[in-house]
Amino acid sequence: MEYFVQQLINGLTLGSIYGLIAIGYTMVYGIIGMINFAHGDIFMIGSFIALATFLVLTTVLGFAFLPVVLLIVLIVSMLFTSAWGWTVERLAYRPLRGSFRLAPLITAIGMSIVLQNFVQVTQGARVKPLPPQIQGGITLMEGNTENGAIVVQLSYMQIIIIVTTLVLMTLFTLLISRTSLGRAQRACEQDRKMASLLGVNVDRTISLTFVMGAALASVAGLMFLLLYGVIDFYIGFLAGVKAFTAAVLGGIGSLPGAMLGGLLIGLIEVFWSGYFSVEYKDVAAFSILAIVLIFLPSGLLGKPEVEKV
Amino acid sequence: MSAAAIRKPVEGAPAKWDEDPVLTVEHLTMRFGGLVAINDLSFNVGRGQITALIGPNGAGKTTVFNCVTGFYKPTEGRIVMRHGPGRQQQAIDTLTQGGLKWQATGEGAVFLLERMPDFEISHQAKVARTFQNIRLFGGMTVLENLLVAQHNVLMRASGFTLGGIVGIPSFRKAEKEAIDKAVYWLEQVHLIERADDPAGDLPYGAQRRLEIARAMCTEPQLLCLDEPAAGLNPRESAELNELLQFIRANHETSILLIEHDMGVVMEISDHIVVLDYGVKISDGDADFVRNDPSVIAAYLGVEDEEIEAAPEVASLVVEAIGEGAAKQVGIKAAAVPAAAAVAETAATADSEAASHPGKRPSGLAAAREGGPDRLTRIKGVGPVNEKKLNGLGIWHFDQVASWKKAEVEWVGSYLAFPGRIEREEWVKQAKALAKSGKGKTGGAK
Amino acid sequence: MSTVSTNVNPENSFQASIKDALLAAFLTGVLGFYFLALRTDIAPGGLAVTTRWGLWFSAIAIVFAGRLLLNLFVWRTDKPVTRGLLSASAGVGTALPDLGKWLGRALFAFAVILPFFFIIFFPGQQRQYIDLAILIMTYIMLGWGLNIVVGLAGLLDLGYVAFYAVGAYSFALLSTHYEFIGFWTALPLAGLLAAFWGVILGFPVLRLRGDYLAIVTLAFGEIIRVVLLNWYEFTGGPNGISGIPKPTFFGLEFSRGEGGFADFFGLEFSTIHRFVYLYYIIFLLAIITNIVTMRLRRLPVGRAWEALREDEIACRSLGINTTNTKLTAFAIGAMFGGFAGSFFATRQGFISPESFTFLESAIILAIVVLGGLGSQIGVVIASIVMIGGIEMLRNIGFLSQIFGPGFDPTQYRMLIFGLAMVLIMVWKPRGLISTREPSAVLKEKKKIGADMVAQGEGH
Repeated sequence: MEYFVQQLINGLTLGSIYGLIAIGYTMVYGIIGMINFAHGDIFMIGSFIALATFLVLTTVLGFAFLPVVLLIVLIVSMLFTSAWGWTVERLAYRPLRGSFRLAPLITAIGMSIVLQNFVQVTQGARVKPLPPQIQGGITLMEGNTENGAIVVQLSYMQIIIIVTTLVLMTLFTLLISRTSLGRAQRACEQDRKMASLLGVNVDRTISLTFVMGAALASVAGLMFLLLYGVIDFYIGFLAGVKAFTAAVLGGIGSLPGAMLGGLLIGLIEVFWSGYFSVEYKDVAAFSILAIVLIFLPSGLLGKPEVEKV
Repeated sequence: MSAAAIRKPVEGAPAKWDEDPVLTVEHLTMRFGGLVAINDLSFNVGRGQITALIGPNGAGKTTVFNCVTGFYKPTEGRIVMRHGPGRQQQAIDTLTQGGLKWQATGEGAVFLLERMPDFEISHQAKVARTFQNIRLFGGMTVLENLLVAQHNVLMRASGFTLGGIVGIPSFRKAEKEAIDKAVYWLEQVHLIERADDPAGDLPYGAQRRLEIARAMCTEPQLLCLDEPAAGLNPRESAELNELLQFIRANHETSILLIEHDMGVVMEISDHIVVLDYGVKISDGDADFVRNDPSVIAAYLGVEDEEIEAAPEVASLVVEAIGEGAAKQVGIKAAAVPAAAAVAETAATADSEAASHPGKRPSGLAAAREGGPDRLTRIKGVGPVNEKKLNGLGIWHFDQVASWKKAEVEWVGSYLAFPGRIEREEWVKQAKALAKSGKGKTGGAK
Repeated sequence: MSTVSTNVNPENSFQASIKDALLAAFLTGVLGFYFLALRTDIAPGGLAVTTRWGLWFSAIAIVFAGRLLLNLFVWRTDKPVTRGLLSASAGVGTALPDLGKWLGRALFAFAVILPFFFIIFFPGQQRQYIDLAILIMTYIMLGWGLNIVVGLAGLLDLGYVAFYAVGAYSFALLSTHYEFIGFWTALPLAGLLAAFWGVILGFPVLRLRGDYLAIVTLAFGEIIRVVLLNWYEFTGGPNGISGIPKPTFFGLEFSRGEGGFADFFGLEFSTIHRFVYLYYIIFLLAIITNIVTMRLRRLPVGRAWEALREDEIACRSLGINTTNTKLTAFAIGAMFGGFAGSFFATRQGFISPESFTFLESAIILAIVVLGGLGSQIGVVIASIVMIGGIEMLRNIGFLSQIFGPGFDPTQYRMLIFGLAMVLIMVWKPRGLISTREPSAVLKEKKKIGADMVAQGEGH
C-alpha cells in the first residue's frame, strides 16, 4: 500500500512534466495539423537554458535565495526558449505552409537533428549533472514490509512541480477560452483560410502557438532538470515521443486531454517500472500509444473523426 | 405503366421494379448518434431500369448510397442485391436466417449487402458507384484509372503478382484485354484522345464522365451515380443523358442515381423515389411523382423564406420538378398551376380532415388583434404551409405551442410531413417564439 | 532615396535590408547567448560556466553580414543575382525527363565498374572509397525498399529501421547458431522473417491514417530496438552479436593462404577483394530491388498501391481490398529492408541495437522524400548527396587549416545533415525529382507533374 502511494505520487510528478510538453504538441497539431517533431528538442533546449541561467545566477552573480533564483530561472528560460520555438517555426515550417504535407514533417525531423547536434557541438556531449537543489519533504505515511521500513514521502520538489503545472494549466486554459488570441487560435483550427479572410492574422496566431508551446516546454525542462538533476542533448527525443503519446492518448487537439494523457503516461511508466521491469518501461509507453491509436483513434477526450465519403 | 405509390393503392399490374428488382432496400434505418438520417426506408430498383433517388438537400440520399455500397453499416434493415431474374425470395430468406453474406442460386446469386464490406460489394455483388465530389486518381493517367478499376480481374490473371513478375503469357493477354476494355469505354465517354493525360488535368465534365467509365470497367450489375450532372453545362448534361441511356440499352447494368437536375431525372428515369428527411414520400414513375402533392410540398417547404409571391412559387415548382417533363407532357411552364393546386388542397382540407390520424388542432376563425404571427419564423414552415395552417385557423405561435402529440401527428399527416414536425421541433420553436413575443410585425401576407 | 523613382518597392530599400539584417543578428544573439556565449562544463566541485564572447560576437556578425548580403543581392532587390541561375535551372527542369534517363544509365554504368575505377585511379584510397560506395549503395537499397511503402503506397513509415534490424539479427543469429547456414541461405530467410514482421506489425496499424500511422510505426521501431537492447539471452543486449561470418564466394573465403579466393584464382592476396565482392553483393541486391519495384509498378498490385495513395475510398469502391494491398506493400518493403539488414550484418561482422535507432529511419525517410516520392533515380541522387556528401566531410583537410588543428569536421556531420534536410525541403518540397512516370501507355508517354500526384493517406 505504501509502495503504491509512493509510486502514485512519483507517477503524477513525471506525468505533469509529460503533460506540459504534450500541450505544445497538441496545440500545434490542432492548429496546423502537423507533428512538431522538434518540440521534444525545444524541451531539451529549455532545460539547458534553465541550467545555464541557474549556474550564472548562483555561481557567477552569487544569488543565494533559492525561491527568487528559481523564479528568475523560470521566467528567463521561458523567454529564451520561446525565441527558439518562434525561430524554428519561422525557418522550417512557415515557408512550407500549404505545401505538401510530408514536407514539414521532414523539416521537423531535420530541425530535431539540427537542435540536438547544435547543443551537442556547443555544449558537449557529456551529461550535465546538477546536485539536488530542493531537498526534504512531507512524510505522508510510514509502514513496514518484509524488506524493512518504507516511508511515503511527498517531496517539496514534487509539490512545486505539481503546483506549477496546475497553475500554468489554469492560466493557459483561461488564455485559450477567454482571450482574443484563443479565439483566433480556435478559428485557425477550424478553417485557416476563412479565419484569414475574417481578419485573423494567421501567421501571427500560429507563431504565438509555437511560442506558447515552447514556453511550457521550457517549464517542463526546468522541472526535469530539478527532478532528475541530469540532462544531456538527447533527452528531448524520448521525452518528446512520450509527450506526443500523451497528447494522442488524451485526444490530440484537446488541452485537458494532453494533461490527462501526460498524467496517465507518467503513471503507467512509473507503475510499470515499479511492478514489472525498468528496462521495458519505454515498451509499455509505446505499446499504449499503439493500442490507443488502434482502438481509440480519437483519444480519451478528442472528437471522433467521421469518414466523409 | 401505372403508379405504385405510398399514398395511392396500386392499380392494375405491379410495376416492373417490384416484379423484377435488381436491388431491394427494406426497412433501412441509419442513425448517427441521435440523428436519424434514414428512417425505415424501403424501395426497389428495377432490373435494366434507370431509377432516380431525389429529394431536397439533407434528405439522406447520399446516406442511402453509402449504405448500399457498404461505406456505412446501416443501423437496421436489409439490402438485397440479385444477379439473375426474379425475386429469388426463397434464397434470400435462407440467407437471412443463416449467417452467410451471399449465395448462388439457380437463377444467379443473391447478396445481403448490409453484411458485406465495401470492397466485396463492388467485387462480388457487382455494385459500382461514383461520388458526389469526384474521386479520381488524379495523379494517374486516364488509362491507368480504368486499369485500376479492373484490379481484381488482372490480379487473378497475374497469379496474384507472382506470375506477373515473371511475365506469364496469360497475364499479358489479360492485360491486353483490360486495355481494350478501357479503350472501349474511353470511346463511349469521348476521352480516347486524353488517355495518357493525368486524370487531374481533365476539365470537370470530363472527370465526371471518366468516373462513370471507371465504374463501368468493373462490369457492374448496378451502377450508383451520386449527382452525375452536378456542375455540368446543358450540353454536357445532354451527353450524360445519352451515355446513361446507352448503358441501359447496351449493357446489363441497372442504374440508381441521385440527381438534383430535374431535366436529367425526368427525361431518363423509369422510376423515381423521393426522399425527404430520411423518409420516402413518393415512389413511382415520372408522371406520378411530378403530380404528387407531397413532393410539391416537400420542395416548397424547404425552399422557404424566399418565396413570397405566387408567380415565383409557380416558377420554382416548375424549376424543381416540371421543367424537363413539361415539354414532354406538353404543359407550358407557366401553366403549371402549382400555387393554385396548393390553394385547392387547402380548400379541401375540411373534407379531408377526418382521413388523417390523430386529432385536428382547434383553430380560430380569424387572427387575434394585432394580426397573425409570422409562422414562417418556425424553421421548416414555408409560406405555402403557413397558408395551409392559416386555413386550419392556426394563426399564432401559442397555438402551435399548445399542440400535443395527437395534433402534431394530424398536422404532419395533413401537410404530408410525416414525422418532420417532431424532428424540427415546431412545438418547441413555437413556444420560444411565443415567449419572446416577436414576429408580430408584418404577419403573413 | 528621394531621388529614386517611386516604383521602388519600399521592401527593397537599403534601410529595410539593414533593419532586417539587424533583426536577424539580434535574434542570433538571443538564441546563441546560452549556447555560444555560455558553456556549462563539469568542473571540480560541480558545474562551471565558461564564457566564449568571441564566438558569440562572430556568430552575430556572420549572420548580420550574410543576411545583409542576401537581402541586397537576392531577396530584397529587383535584380537578384540568382535570376540567371533560376532561369537556367528551370531550363534544366524541363529537359530533365531525358536528362534523368541518361543520368540513370550513366550512373548504372559507373556503378558497374566502380571498384575498378577506384582501384585504378585512387590506388591509395581505394578501400575507403569502395567502403563509402558500399555504404551509399546500402542506403540506396533501403531507400528503394522504403519507397515502395512511402512513395508508391503512400503509407508514412517512421519505423522502417525495425525491418533492417530484423534482417540483421535474423542473419546474425542464424549464422552464429547454425554453422551450415551461410550468407546466401540466410539471406532469403532473413527477408522472409522481415516480411513476416512487416505483416505482424502492419496488420493492426494499417487502418490508421497519415500522421497516426507514422507515429505508431515509430513506436514499433522503438519497441523492437528496446527489446533487442534488453533481451540479453537472445540478442546479447547492448553488447550485440559479434563473429558474424563473412560472405563466401561459392564457398571460397576471402582469406590469406590456401583455399582462399585469391589462392583459387591464382591472384595475389589483397584485402580489397573482399570489399569488391561486398560491393557487388549490395549492388546486385539493390538492382534486384529496383527491377522488382519497377515490375511491380506495372502489375495490378503496384497500380493498386498508387491508386491507394491517390484515393483510398475510390479504391474500395472499385473492389480493391485495401488492407491486403497495404499489407503487401508493407511486407515487400520490409523484405527488402531485411535483405539490406542481412548484408549489413555480414559486412560489419558485428551488430548491436545502436545501429538501429530512430535516426536511421529518419535518414532513410529523408532520402526518399528528398529524392522525390516514388522516384527511383531520386533516391539514388539523394543518397549520394546526403550520405556521400556528409561522409566526404571526414576527408576535408583544408578546413582544419582554417579553423586550426583541433578542428574535427566529423562532429558537424549530423548538424549539417539536419540543416541540409531542412534547406532542401524548403527549396524543393516535392523532392529533387518529382514527376511521375505512368505505368501504362496507350499512345504517347507523358510525365505527370508533381502537383497532380497525391501524397497518400489523409494528406
